[in-house]
Amino acid sequence: MTGNEPTLCVENLQTYFYTKSGVIKAVDDVSFTVDKGEVLGLVGESGSGKSVTGFSILGLVDPPGRIAGGRIRFKGHSLTTLPEKEWRNLRGSRISMVFQDPMMTLNPVLRIDTQMIEAVTAHENISRQEARTRARDALGQVGIPSPDERLKAYPHQFSGGMRQRVAFSIALINKPDLIIADEPTTALDVTIQAQILHEAQKLCRDTGTALIWITHDLTVIAGLSDRVCVMYAGRIVEAGGINQVLDTPHHPYTYGLIGSVPSRNKRGAPLAQIAGMTPSLLNLPPGCAFRQRCPRASRACLTEPEIHELKDGRAVRCFHPYEEEATA
Amino acid sequence: MLAFTVRRLLQSVIVLFVMSIIVFLGIYAIGNPVDILINPEADIAEQEATIRRLGLDKPVWTQYFTFLTNVLQGDLGTSFVHNEPALLIILERLPATMELAVGAVGLAIIIGIPAGIIAGLYPDSIIGRGIMAGSILGFSLPTFWVGLMLIMLFSVMLGWLPASGRGDTVGFLGVQVSFLTWDGLTHIFLPAFNLALFKMSLVIRLARAGTREVMLQDYIKFARAKGLSNVRVIGVHVLKNILIPVVTVLGLELGSVIAFAVVTETVFAWPGIGKLLIDSIGNLDRPLVVAYLLMTVTMFIIINFVVDILYSLLDPRVRLGDMKA
Repeated sequence: MTGNEPTLCVENLQTYFYTKSGVIKAVDDVSFTVDKGEVLGLVGESGSGKSVTGFSILGLVDPPGRIAGGRIRFKGHSLTTLPEKEWRNLRGSRISMVFQDPMMTLNPVLRIDTQMIEAVTAHENISRQEARTRARDALGQVGIPSPDERLKAYPHQFSGGMRQRVAFSIALINKPDLIIADEPTTALDVTIQAQILHEAQKLCRDTGTALIWITHDLTVIAGLSDRVCVMYAGRIVEAGGINQVLDTPHHPYTYGLIGSVPSRNKRGAPLAQIAGMTPSLLNLPPGCAFRQRCPRASRACLTEPEIHELKDGRAVRCFHPYEEEATA
Repeated sequence: MLAFTVRRLLQSVIVLFVMSIIVFLGIYAIGNPVDILINPEADIAEQEATIRRLGLDKPVWTQYFTFLTNVLQGDLGTSFVHNEPALLIILERLPATMELAVGAVGLAIIIGIPAGIIAGLYPDSIIGRGIMAGSILGFSLPTFWVGLMLIMLFSVMLGWLPASGRGDTVGFLGVQVSFLTWDGLTHIFLPAFNLALFKMSLVIRLARAGTREVMLQDYIKFARAKGLSNVRVIGVHVLKNILIPVVTVLGLELGSVIAFAVVTETVFAWPGIGKLLIDSIGNLDRPLVVAYLLMTVTMFIIINFVVDILYSLLDPRVRLGDMKA
């Protein structure tokens, strides 16, 4: 493990679902890296493959889906060639995940302490008492008052925001190197969302944990992440530093997404929309998947565009990207 | 918890009372025991003496009132046929049936839950489909036929297990039981399995449906994301969730197994209360039938109560205090 190795390096990941009606390419040729302590935002609408990307990294893609190609390297070790047992040992200890709906992520019939202690003892051979102490500290760390008593409670005795904190504390309990957060604030109200975002950011700064924040909400990651990957129909269409991408989007899809965020300056005016609907992944049109909704599409878009590396670590998958001045 | 218990007790007394009226009137309506009990060659004076002795000359409501007074003093009446207290006769036969019923439900759980979970985890595999096909057979084949086939196969053709009776019994907590002796065990296995077959199929279906539903939940994926082993995920996270419907149904089924083990007891000549009931109805032995039915109702009430308590242990969201008893 050299010091400069990124925490996570995903190369040309393909995760396909082999259903009876055909192969669904949920994730197709996705590449990105996450460095130590970095927050990567993964943005896209429903069905764009962002969650499946997260599950692929954990090795938790359910049949009929499987990783059909590409490589996932975690701190220099290839995950895709790892035996299931070793991958399982990484889950929850080195890579952990937080889910979207806090009402559903905790087992309703098991106490919080059971669910936290098992997360520790699954990876470390320590006594229940030690694991319990660590669970209590982890609960305290995410700002749950009187953690000793709350350990004995059941999930239904917590509010949604508190449950998401518990889920975060379980994700943090083994001090992982990477956390995948799959829309963890979508189901929460904005004040709780702001608190959790703030704490997540602080955590990455303090401990050097890398974070992949999956969301459909650009405003959430605007203040949180360092870099962003925009996904559309299973592919990354644009990547780059969060500020550059938000200020000067190159891809028409990103441009449309940013244009459709409600803001004060456009009060009274109808919200901008992206025309059309997300195409079905079962029969994607040939060429660029965004072609049919794109205002700039041309004959050239009938062939699949490759992703181009631009300056400043930015990349875009488009034949007709917007230039710098486009949004100025 | 206390309020719940008190409410439930009061309710039970009402249920028992209403039940006793229905049973008493019902058995009164189906026939006159005098026709069966008294030797037709006895002279009129002798017949009338017997009728008076049994209290059958009084109007029905007087008979019921006498019965009720006796019940409140702990006397469920004396069997016309056996000339012994009805309760005593039932209690004498009860351990055999209890043993059979508990054995059957035990088998249903031990075989049914794992089989159901496997069928739920691999619904499209050969094993999963095989288990489901087996459960359909368990549902649809008549108990008496399966019992005869079991005897045919294991007792007659293979000669592995005995076909009838309880075998050696030993005293255990004051009652005679078979399951503590090897001979008794070999005797109880076939009837228990026969009786278990239907329940087993039920448990398999419940466990399978539960497993398929629970496996899709986020908390199972989250448990796997914590890096837990499959054994822990299925043995704790899945199992505890699917036990709720299984416990409900099995609780009720335990009652029905005890009360209606008639067919199996008849096929395997198992000296339990099921056989006793059928004989008593045939003889119009009113006190015995009434006592038996009251005991059955009491048993159902107790089982339901235990099931409700088990619920609250399994599912923390159920609080007994909130329950409408």
